[in-house]
Amino acid sequence: MFSDQLHFLAQLVVSGITVGSVYSLIALGFVLIYKATDVLNLAIGELMMLGAYFCFNLITTYKIPYIPAFLITLVFSAILGILLERVILRPMIGEPILAIVMITIGLGTVFRSIIGMIWGPLNYVFPGPFSEEPLMLGTIAVSHVHLWAMIMAITVMIVFLAFFKFTTMGIGMRATADDQDIAFLMGISVKKVVAVSWLIATVVSSIAGIFLANINLLNLNLYFIGLKALPAAVMGGLDSIAGAMIGGVLIGVLENLAGGYLDHLFGGGVKEVAAFIILLLIMMIRPYGLFGTKEIERV
Amino acid sequence: MLTLNNVEVVYNDVIAAVRGISFEVPDTAIVALLGSNGAGKSTTLKAISGILKSQDGEIEDGSIEFNGVRLNEKSPEQVVKMGICQVPEGRRVFDDLTVDENIRVGAFTRKDKNINRDYDFVMDLFPLLKERKNQLAGYLSGGEQQMLAIGRGMMSKPKLMMLDEPSLGLAPLVVKEIFNVIMRINQEEGTGILLVEQNANVALLHATYGYIMENGKIVMDDKSEKLIENEDVKTFYLGLTGDAQKKSYKDVKHYKRRKRWLS
Ligand SMILES: Nc1ncnc2c1ncn2[C@@H]1O[C@H](COP(=O)(O)OP(=O)(O)OP(=O)(O)O)[C@@H](O)[C@H]1O
Ligand SMILES: [Mg+2]
Repeated sequence: MFSDQLHFLAQLVVSGITVGSVYSLIALGFVLIYKATDVLNLAIGELMMLGAYFCFNLITTYKIPYIPAFLITLVFSAILGILLERVILRPMIGEPILAIVMITIGLGTVFRSIIGMIWGPLNYVFPGPFSEEPLMLGTIAVSHVHLWAMIMAITVMIVFLAFFKFTTMGIGMRATADDQDIAFLMGISVKKVVAVSWLIATVVSSIAGIFLANINLLNLNLYFIGLKALPAAVMGGLDSIAGAMIGGVLIGVLENLAGGYLDHLFGGGVKEVAAFIILLLIMMIRPYGLFGTKEIERV
Repeated sequence: MLTLNNVEVVYNDVIAAVRGISFEVPDTAIVALLGSNGAGKSTTLKAISGILKSQDGEIEDGSIEFNGVRLNEKSPEQVVKMGICQVPEGRRVFDDLTVDENIRVGAFTRKDKNINRDYDFVMDLFPLLKERKNQLAGYLSGGEQQMLAIGRGMMSKPKLMMLDEPSLGLAPLVVKEIFNVIMRINQEEGTGILLVEQNANVALLHATYGYIMENGKIVMDDKSEKLIENEDVKTFYLGLTGDAQKKSYKDVKHYKRRKRWLS
């Protein structure tokens, strides 16, 4: 009995970690844009969904194999990110932040409507190359999709951490996030920084979208899962990339635990809202997030 | 050579912070721009660097030229690429970046192969920074941060470096060290220096020429050795007269009159 309990817990934690790592990816894109521009990109869920539907379409309609379709989607997302920044966000530079946030909400709604018009309110099973047989880690079962999602998320994060640590552009982006006025003075092109942030954000959210569609189903509610990046990012303090990554995993685990232990008490649905309840709790207890960087005091 | 001609700067369309100033910084010279709080010194530097726009400021009139090229409409990025860099006041380094990253990010606009050579030059100028290479800049002491800000500026390989109050809030010994380095940069690299200071003593000691700014205007300019000898400068900027405090009120009025006459 006891070991059954423990097994159940471990199972919830492991699958929570794998899904959470995908949330981390979305949160990474979210935090990047916030750090560079102070804008909350509330279209992130829809951007993610758009990537998933685009890839789905390549595979089902154009019969392109999974991996090439995945890569083409990344290119599409990169172009979309650059276009969005150029055409919609750059003209908004200097406008109040709130106005820009409203624009991202508008963008999200437009994307969702377009997706709805093209694909309708149906559930699609995303055709993935992943084996149905679960992988056994001892007695804990992990599906191949979950495992690959986590491997992908970790790889992407390592690539970006290296980018921020070792490339001039990456260091310049961190400098801009730190002190925009001085970044200007150093000749760092803040426009370029913002453009690259949007590019990265759309690309990583597409990756996340494809994997989430593989894990769940592809339908119009996918954007809602993307919004879980928000509690993940807030948990990480909004301005911390590492914090967002840990936040994503924590949200994944916590919502799984909430679903596993509380769902039957409330008749279901707890898992879906758990992330946002956690968000509320964090805001009440630690408004600056669990890993929010405190300003270094200078004397 | 940097030339300012009748430059006027306005913030928020109303506050006139710089009201028609003209001065020049010849190649490889060290020129001081002196003045008390709020005189408009930093605003002048921001006008040159092209960062006024992001602070609701605007060059209303006049022209700024560097080697014959007009800078008025240039972006900060273009100004840096043309060879002018500003070391901002208040030792603003990137706190969350390491010392090494702060220095490297100074070369953001460059693509040439000599970046490593200049990196070594900066490390040679500031051995202290070399020791603290991997430390976060936010935890450096004030003097070290000022050194870092200068080193970061050097990485853009400027022809003209504009330093905004590098001595502010630093102990005399550290100030001396920093000015030694500024002299070395000037002599070894041939970099021109525009030195903004409230500390007229130290500035005039190192500069060849000085301009004095009050309320957005230049009220006096001369060779440094002449300015040092000037009675008004002695009283108000060098603090040399023992009883400056006592007779200041009367003299301020006198000075104001004189200023109008001068400008
Ligand atoms: N962003 C701004 N918006 C509005 N007014 C400003 C702004 N920056 C500076 N000012 C005003 O312009 C005037 C000149 O300021 P500036 O910073 O150029 O002076 P300063 O000579 O550098 O003084 P300090 O020695 O104290 O640094 C001041 O009256 C200041 O209040
Ligand atoms: Mg100033």
